[in-house]
Amino acid sequence: MDVLLIHLLNSLLYASVLFLIAGGLSLIYGVMRIVNLAHGNLYAFGAYVTAWAIGTAAAGAPLTVLLVLLPAGALAAAILGAVLEPTLLRPFYKRAEEYQLLCTFGLLMILEDLMRFIWGPYPLSASTLFESFGSLPVGDSIYPTYNFLVIGVGVVAAVFLWAFIYRTKFGVVLRATSQNMRMASALGVNVNRVYVEAFTLGCFMAGLGGAIIVPSQSAVLGMGVDALVLAFIVVVIGGLGSLEGALVGALIVGFVREAGITWFAEIELAVLYLIAALVLLVRPAGLFGRP
Amino acid sequence: MSAPALALRQTGSSARPLRVAVPVAVLLALVPLVLPPYGAILLAYGLVMAIGALGFNLLLGYTGLLSFGHSAYFGVGAYAVALMVKYLKVTSMELFLVGAVAASVLITALFGVVCVRYTRIFFGILTLALSQVLWSLAFKFFWVTGGTDGLRVPTPSLFGGLVTGAGDKTAFMSHAYYYYVLIMFCLCVALMWVIVNSPFGMALQAIRDNETRAEFVGVRIWRYRWVAFMVSGVFTGLAGALWVPLNGLTTPDIMHWTFSGEIVFMSVLGGFRSFAGPIVGAIVFNYLKTYAVGYTVYWQLLLGAVLVALVLSLPTGIVGTAGKLAARFQRRD
Amino acid sequence: MSLLVTKDLMKWFGETHAVDHVNFTVKESEVLALIGSNGAGKTTLVNLISGLLRPDGGQILFRNQDVTRQSVHGRIKAGIARSFQLVNLFDQLTALDNVALTIFSRGGKTANLVTLAAGDSAVWDEGHEILRLFGLETKARMLAGGISQGERKLLDVAVAYALRPKLLFLDEPTSGVSTREKAPIMDTVTSVVRSTGISAAIIEHDMDVVFNYSDRIVAMHQGAILADGTPDEIRRNETVTTTLIGTTEAR
Repeated sequence: MDVLLIHLLNSLLYASVLFLIAGGLSLIYGVMRIVNLAHGNLYAFGAYVTAWAIGTAAAGAPLTVLLVLLPAGALAAAILGAVLEPTLLRPFYKRAEEYQLLCTFGLLMILEDLMRFIWGPYPLSASTLFESFGSLPVGDSIYPTYNFLVIGVGVVAAVFLWAFIYRTKFGVVLRATSQNMRMASALGVNVNRVYVEAFTLGCFMAGLGGAIIVPSQSAVLGMGVDALVLAFIVVVIGGLGSLEGALVGALIVGFVREAGITWFAEIELAVLYLIAALVLLVRPAGLFGRP
Repeated sequence: MSAPALALRQTGSSARPLRVAVPVAVLLALVPLVLPPYGAILLAYGLVMAIGALGFNLLLGYTGLLSFGHSAYFGVGAYAVALMVKYLKVTSMELFLVGAVAASVLITALFGVVCVRYTRIFFGILTLALSQVLWSLAFKFFWVTGGTDGLRVPTPSLFGGLVTGAGDKTAFMSHAYYYYVLIMFCLCVALMWVIVNSPFGMALQAIRDNETRAEFVGVRIWRYRWVAFMVSGVFTGLAGALWVPLNGLTTPDIMHWTFSGEIVFMSVLGGFRSFAGPIVGAIVFNYLKTYAVGYTVYWQLLLGAVLVALVLSLPTGIVGTAGKLAARFQRRD
Repeated sequence: MSLLVTKDLMKWFGETHAVDHVNFTVKESEVLALIGSNGAGKTTLVNLISGLLRPDGGQILFRNQDVTRQSVHGRIKAGIARSFQLVNLFDQLTALDNVALTIFSRGGKTANLVTLAAGDSAVWDEGHEILRLFGLETKARMLAGGISQGERKLLDVAVAYALRPKLLFLDEPTSGVSTREKAPIMDTVTSVVRSTGISAAIIEHDMDVVFNYSDRIVAMHQGAILADGTPDEIRRNETVTTTLIGTTEAR
């Protein structure tokens, strides 16, 4: 029974992080109709910045300081996003889509090596924070308390995002622009600003995903591309452009991955792809996507 | 956004490409006699990459599908050869090529079924994802693939055993194998040229330019993209098979997305909207990489930055830009 | 003899009945005009019959064959072709290439990977012939994206015609073209259609064109067929004149 509960918690943990990454990707796509291939590297960037802040710069500092520094990665990713959108992405909106893909792919390569340049080729960890949280009893077993924090952040993020998009003025503007950019512009919306804000928010989410997971698993090179591929599976299942889809997709992928790791460790990734392929075949727009 | 030049004029303009191709082929044939062995071997690598890029560009330039996972097919070709050596003790290059083609057809047919249902973004990430799966499998099944150590491949025998690698390996690679690669290169270029100028090639370009209309003139989009995907993958698989004896070794790296990125880069560098672009791009890139890798370990950063710069300012690549400059200097009606 | 029959054809977009229990017929060798105000369902009907959309109910019979579930490719093979309201051509190819590609496709020759397209002279000859029929032979070697709007409209029809269909759907073949050019376009189109004995169903808003060129007129309104008859019958039909022709006079 406890083993099952542990698996459940692991799934939720994984789903929380995936929701943040995939949600960011979906949000950006929903508003701007672009897919940033370097999105996974923003998650990685967030992980590295937080790992550095907590594990290196402020190592040995009291717990509260470390906790305050935890979102550093999210903020860094957001700033990076705010810089990238107007400079590297905007020139491509009016051009053929291949160029946009090529540009973001180039960005992926740049960021990958940039992280290597700044932080070196070895994994960067921030496990002191993770360990200092201890663990909670779950039935007869124990489970790291920090993981509950991650799941909590995931839930809070989902609620906050929902409220933000459906209950605030900015959210209305965001939704209007995503549905009809020209119309929104004609009604006086500063589309450029909405775009940069949406992109920044999406990057913030990805960076947050990296920031909160890094205490429990180190930041390594290549985590960005792995995350991109998984986030992609999530949006295939859930539907690109839909936050509910990102949530449901993340939960499904979280559960399947956990099951996969437990029972078919060799081909766990392949099982996920199989599901994604099935969804693509049966309902190409995803569960919540716009066909 | 101009389409690749189509030799569809009825006035036998098959002559024009030959006027460029034949002198180039002759020049390439002279290389081992003029350059030192290292030079010929380096160029052989370039020609192999050119075949790979040529295959890749059938999808990008002609069908409008940008694949970020072509390293997978290169790897399939290379590993097919390595596995034939390991398990079947094969040494004939011809058998290697047959094996590589067969393996490529199988994998591209499978991957293609999933990938070509989608375009643009989804296609791109799907191809990336699938190549990563293959890469991870190459690691996981290390008792088959040799894991990170990879698999060694000895010098093959060419032309059905007529030419063997007994003796000085460098001399073999820079002469016999170089010519073998050159012949395969010429054959591949000729074949690809026919394909893109065939009715099939026309249909692909129609699909690229106006998918709806292509469907409404009776072209079954999915099917044509699938075939293009397979042809593209087979060319790249063939390149992988030719590469492995040169390198002597195959490792999972060549299936990693970073190598896919290099293939993409080569084509963009040369100009993906032209037939010769990927060929030129691959050869130039090969030289760039060989000399630049010695200067910096941040190769990805350089590549990425140049890719972004190319896409921003020189989208037609070397061949495209050269063509524009040439047109400006010569008036042609 | 009915070439095409639809039975209770339906298509909904959300709550709207874009096509509502439509029984539409096209006879052999006739030129039919499909009229109606914007949103009446004309283009949706054509989209359903040509295969761009799947119906939510009803049947489509073409030459007594049920094509309701057929793919676009299947319908083209059966003999249905269409042009588009917003000109839909291969702008990067020449006018001749546009037509030749269609002929290659019709003959299944686009499956040939290893023969040169330039080598099949029968196809190119036929391409020239079709361009000549539509008065476009001088534009053969010009890019489709670079010819005038009227010529593009004709080329769009020519490409559909190159499929040698039995039934040709033309979606507003004279829209976006100056009044002066409309008659020559329609003259060309109808002369080709009538001389080859194929049927054409033309969506049109211009009432002059409708009354001058069609054998029969079908009027649609809010997804249903309002009236069906010869130009004279339609002219005398009060329901039609009030709902539709009143609207076009205001244009």
